[in-house]
Formats: sequence, structure tokens, C-alpha cells
Amino acid sequence: MKYIDEYRDKEIAQSLAKQIAEISTRPVKLMEVCGGHTMSIQKFGIPGLLPETVELISGPGCPVCVTSRSYIDRAIAYSRLDDVIITTYGDLIRVPGSSSTLEKERAKGANIQVVYSIMDALLVAKHNRRKKIVFLGIGFETTAPGTAAGILQAKVAGIFNFYVYSAHKVMPPAMEALIDEGVKINGYIGPGHVSTITGKGIYENIPKKYGLGVVISGFEPVDLMQTILMLVRQIENNNPKVEIEYTRAVKPEGNVKAQQMLDEVFEPRDDWWRGLGVLKDSGLKIKKEYERHDAEVMIPNVEVEPLVEPKGCICGAILRGVQKPKECPLFGNVCTPLNPVGSCMVSSEGACQAYYLYNR
Amino acid sequence: MCLSIPAKVEKINGETARCSVGGSTYEANLQLLVHEQVQEGDYVLIHTGFAIQKLDAEEAKASLDTFAAFNQLNNEMDEEEKKLNKRLI
Ligand code: SF4
Repeated sequence: MKYIDEYRDKEIAQSLAKQIAEISTRPVKLMEVCGGHTMSIQKFGIPGLLPETVELISGPGCPVCVTSRSYIDRAIAYSRLDDVIITTYGDLIRVPGSSSTLEKERAKGANIQVVYSIMDALLVAKHNRRKKIVFLGIGFETTAPGTAAGILQAKVAGIFNFYVYSAHKVMPPAMEALIDEGVKINGYIGPGHVSTITGKGIYENIPKKYGLGVVISGFEPVDLMQTILMLVRQIENNNPKVEIEYTRAVKPEGNVKAQQMLDEVFEPRDDWWRGLGVLKDSGLKIKKEYERHDAEVMIPNVEVEPLVEPKGCICGAILRGVQKPKECPLFGNVCTPLNPVGSCMVSSEGACQAYYLYNR
Repeated sequence: MCLSIPAKVEKINGETARCSVGGSTYEANLQLLVHEQVQEGDYVLIHTGFAIQKLDAEEAKASLDTFAAFNQLNNEMDEEEKKLNKRLI
């Protein structure tokens, strides 16, 4: 397939590996903050191609993993209401809440429908006018514009039984918080598809304030190797900056139309991240003008069970990049993709699942 | 969920486009792009049902050309190193 096969060329990847080895003189830690990158890196065995000086660590880039348990608990509480239909991306269905999952609730009779797109959720709302349709809006800047488009559409088409429960988040506050916390890294592999929407401007503070480079990367092995080369070169030359490797999909200014839709529907609010806690302006709240489609406003009173965090799960430390999945005592024995204890094992973009599948 | 896939635009139909991904077809929503900028035959990235960006053929070619040039330089240096029997860098 065009735009994929060429970027899987073994020879090119190896030639890039050699270049990295040639120019790399000091040990560096590079962090990827996108679950898609975590998966590709493990799947294609990128660490095996790198010299000993270059270490890769995973960060908080898996939306399912950073989402709070109380969000899941509240979604479950919604699903227990008789007049509610939950619509959700498949990723969330098996994520453990304090005592249950959406999947278990569905087995018990809750009306929970997996959709591929918010537009499908709107159709469910259109066909079930007497029910309240709650759409679970999670994801970063890549996914949030779709949610904005869905809310705008619901308003225009008068679909007033459609509500979004938003846990959308934005990436830059988490990238800065990690450095503020003292996590030792030397550069960021920038999230490719988030940047497709945002462009490169949102990262400018990182080289300016922290002296760390950000290279926005594609997802194929050649992309990742090229990105690592660019970062190592920046570090060796003492020249941190924001660069784009993924030029075929990321324009410096991003997708302006999608940004406008985001601004129209959402405003920033403080939000909680697993591993990082509450970060200022890191979440997206539905604006007052659109509150008719905000589940939190329109269905305020639900009985949410008390929060219980899983014992022994070190998902938070993994998302901060200070521990690796194999350091978790539950990894691979108690906690597996079939029987996940924490969110990092459930999500197809979670570091624990990536290690379980490709690097056990 | 974060994954986005490149797909080829086969037929534009108002606010949606029929796209092919590998062997299968998919109806993608075009609302997040400025419509006039998408044409049949283009490649777009699809994420949760929405085309979120057009893939830039020239940029793709340019980076592939750079990789190829790299590779060639690398091979030439290998040859030279072998001949001289010492490392260049
Ligand atoms: S292996 Fe399971 S229990 Fe351990 S950190 Fe990962 S998700 Fe949590």
C-alpha cells in the first residue's frame, strides 16, 4: 500500500541505524508520547536496531491509559440508567472500573453499543428518539475534532437526545509536567497524528523553556529511525528545536479547520491524568453554548460507586516513564490482555500490552 | 483508537468520500477538511471515521528520495572503508 510499504524498507531502516550509531556519542533517553508509537516501536523491534547509547521510554500517550477510573465508573453508572444507551469506541469496553467494566454491564443487559465513529453514535440517537444517547468522548487532539463535528451536527440536525461525556485531553501540558516532575529525558518523539491537527507550534515551549527537542514522527519503522536520528543529531549539536519528520501528514500550521471546530465547541479545563495527577488546562470541556449536548450537565445525578484503585498496578509510573512494564510484579502472570488489571494492559496502545505482545 | 490509516479517495459524495483501504472500502467523513482541497485519487489519513489530513505526495516523495540518497552514501562509505581498511567516521 502506498505511504506504508516504502516506509517499511529494511535496508533504509538499517542504514539509518548505522548513521545513528555513527553520530551518537553520549547516552540519551528519548520518550515517545503516543500509544501508536509505543506499538510500532515494539512491533518492529526498533530498540534492537539502536546503539547502546539510545534508550526509548514510553510516556503518557495512550488516552485509555491516562483516563481516570472515576470516568469509567461514571460511564458505568450512566449505562445502568434505563433510558440511556451508551455509545463508545471499542477501546473502552474492557477497561476496568472500580468494580465492573462496560463489557460486564453489557452482559448484564445494559445497552452499550460500540461505534467506530461519533457519526454512527448520532445515527443511534436518531433511531432511538425516546432514549438518551451518551457518547464516551475520549482521546487527544486527533480524536477531539471528530467529537466537535458530532456535537455541531447534533445541534444543526436537532438531535437533542445526544450527549457527549467528555474526557478529551490535550498533550502539551503532560509533556511539560513530566519534565517539571524531574523525569530524565533528552528529547521527545512527538505524536504524529495529534500534530496532524495541531501543527508544530504547540511544542515550541519545550525547547525554549526546557532545552529539549521535539521531532514529530510518523509510525513506520523508517519514520521512527529517521526521527531518532534527527533527535540524536539535535542533542549532539546542542541545538534543541521542534522539527517534523512526518512531513507527508503534518503541516507546520496543522489542520486549521479542525482547530477552529475544537475552539468552537470546547474550552480548556484542569484534568486528571493517571501518573501525573491534575494538570492545568489539560482537558477539554464542552462550552456553555453546547451544554444541551453535555452529559455532565444534562444527566448530572447518577449514582457512581466509590473509587477503588487496583492493588499492585504500576501503570502510573509506567506512564511517567520511570518504570517499565516488566518491572510490574503482576505483568504477564496476574495481568494479561485477556485478564487486564490496569488500563495499560487493556488498551491496544498501552505500554503493558505492547510489551506483552512483542517483547515479553 | 489513536491509529489513523492512509486511504485513497475513490469517489467524493458531498460531505463524505468513498475511500479504499487495502482491499476494502470505507465511507469517510470530510467535515474536518476544506472540501475543495480534496480530490478523487488523493490519499487521506482516516481517524475514527473522519479524514483528518490530506497526505502530501510531494513531501512523501522528497523524504523517500532523502532516504535513498542516505542509503547510497552509506553504501559508498562502506565500500571506501573496506578499501582503505579504516573507519571514516
Ligand atoms: S502489567 Fe497490568 S498491573 Fe502491571 S502496570 Fe501493567 S496494567 Fe498495571
